Amino acid sequence: MERPFVEISGVAMRYGGVEGTLALQNATLEVAKGEFIAVVGPSGCGKSTLMRLVTGLWPATAGNVVVAGQEVDGPLSIAGMAFQNPTLLPWRNIIDNVMLPLEVVEPHRRQLRSQRAMYEAKAQDLLKLVGLGGFDKKFPHQLSGGMQQRASLCRALIHEPALLMLDEPFAALDIFTREDLWSVLQDVWMARRPTVILVTHDLREAAFLADRVLVMSSRPGRIIAERKVDLPRPRNLDTTYQPEFVTLVHDLREHISAARKGEEVVNGH
Amino acid sequence: MATNAKVSDGSMSPEALRRLEALTQAARRRRRLQAWLPWLVIIGMFVVWEVAVKAFQVQQFVLPAPTDIAASMIKWWKPLLDNSWQTLMTTLIGFGLAIVFGLLLGIAIGSSTLLYHGLYPLLIGFNSVPKVAVVPILVIWFGIGTVPAVITAFLISFFPIVVNVATGIATVEPELRDVLRALGAKPTDIIRKVGLPRAMPYFFASLKIAITVAFVGSIIAETVAANKGIGHLMILASSRFDVPLVFAGLMVTAIMGVAMYVAAVAIENRTTGWAMRGQTDQQTALAGV
Repeated sequence: MERPFVEISGVAMRYGGVEGTLALQNATLEVAKGEFIAVVGPSGCGKSTLMRLVTGLWPATAGNVVVAGQEVDGPLSIAGMAFQNPTLLPWRNIIDNVMLPLEVVEPHRRQLRSQRAMYEAKAQDLLKLVGLGGFDKKFPHQLSGGMQQRASLCRALIHEPALLMLDEPFAALDIFTREDLWSVLQDVWMARRPTVILVTHDLREAAFLADRVLVMSSRPGRIIAERKVDLPRPRNLDTTYQPEFVTLVHDLREHISAARKGEEVVNGH
Repeated sequence: MATNAKVSDGSMSPEALRRLEALTQAARRRRRLQAWLPWLVIIGMFVVWEVAVKAFQVQQFVLPAPTDIAASMIKWWKPLLDNSWQTLMTTLIGFGLAIVFGLLLGIAIGSSTLLYHGLYPLLIGFNSVPKVAVVPILVIWFGIGTVPAVITAFLISFFPIVVNVATGIATVEPELRDVLRALGAKPTDIIRKVGLPRAMPYFFASLKIAITVAFVGSIIAETVAANKGIGHLMILASSRFDVPLVFAGLMVTAIMGVAMYVAAVAIENRTTGWAMRGQTDQQTALAGV
């Protein structure tokens, strides 16, 4: 069997020294190359922590993370990231924001000057794909929140990362924009097949997008359940009204409820 | 309100059209007033001054009237021009040095918590020292002339630049930093692509303060120890009780200060327009109220 693209084994994370909060405990999971997984859980369960450990933004307190056969000990340049906020740079217009990773990540960094036209065309194509064609020269503050989030998605994709890390990227958007962007993300994923880890607390979002959904317990986070999503692709909004989908979401919902009850019991004593 | 009317462009009622017209008219009037107001205020101040001096028959060696000052300016235009040129040059050299070293030190302090905590008390200490007290020491080291004035201008305008640039860089949102860190960017990349652009509005804000205090610095030095410059001229004039000439010197200094300030603002508007967003929109909105 081929080695998984992402291997997380026995990872723990504790903030603020020995006495600090244990955010994540004994997290173990594997993600195959090209797979789309979603991690769901009650808020504060260490989902975002997991994200930061995988991309090497923070070092783990225990256990190890291996991506593409290499132990992670610093930020990964093969990863693209999108966060809950668009985090666009306000002094750059949209296309310059999208092209930011190219100025940092090798080998693009070396080639950017000589092949600028090619890269710019690529950025334009991406913007069109997410429905932002013609907005390339606008500044972030001239766009709505949803449009900024689309641009942020483009920025995460421009350097064709093998691993796409999405930390609740649609959480701040209204439901219509969110459902729009699910389809956009699915299209992108089907066209390029990066490995995706999506962290979210929206169960419908997880079920709609992922091949596999992992449920985390409340703090300290552990993975307590795993569900395969066998719905055919491309999925569309009609899919979300099918009985299989509804059953799946309901099932996930129950796991989360159990996880949250656990939290209450812990807090009560 | 104005945008609403614009959206339904095709079917705008005559009443809505009239309203939109009135709104844009009001906005235009407001902008025109804003452009003229500074001049009106300055002229008004001179008029009040002139009238007050004439009405209370204030002696010329106590407070000369604006017309006396103007007469003195015309009479002594040559030395005024020579000396203000000298002052402008020393100030600009000192200010230029302050920009270079202020930026460098500001970046260093802003991007390293260690340096920040290590150097800050020392900087505050230096800034608390009255610059008048430093000039005699500078004279001992460098002799009477241009050098002490340049250094005083530098010392006095250096601090606001350092503090502002350091603040701009140190307060970069962690999310923005993470965007670059997640791409494997080196610390120098992060400073270049996020820290510096982020600090630019702070930097320009500090320039506006620094350029005006730089004039204070060079003129202080000139009054204590120089044989040229506006400060020197004013000391000479006051020793001869030529009070109108002293005021003429002050006036020229103020004009230079305002001119430099305006230049700093013009550069600021060109380079950091992104940070000033919404101000023009706001003006129309205010006019609409």
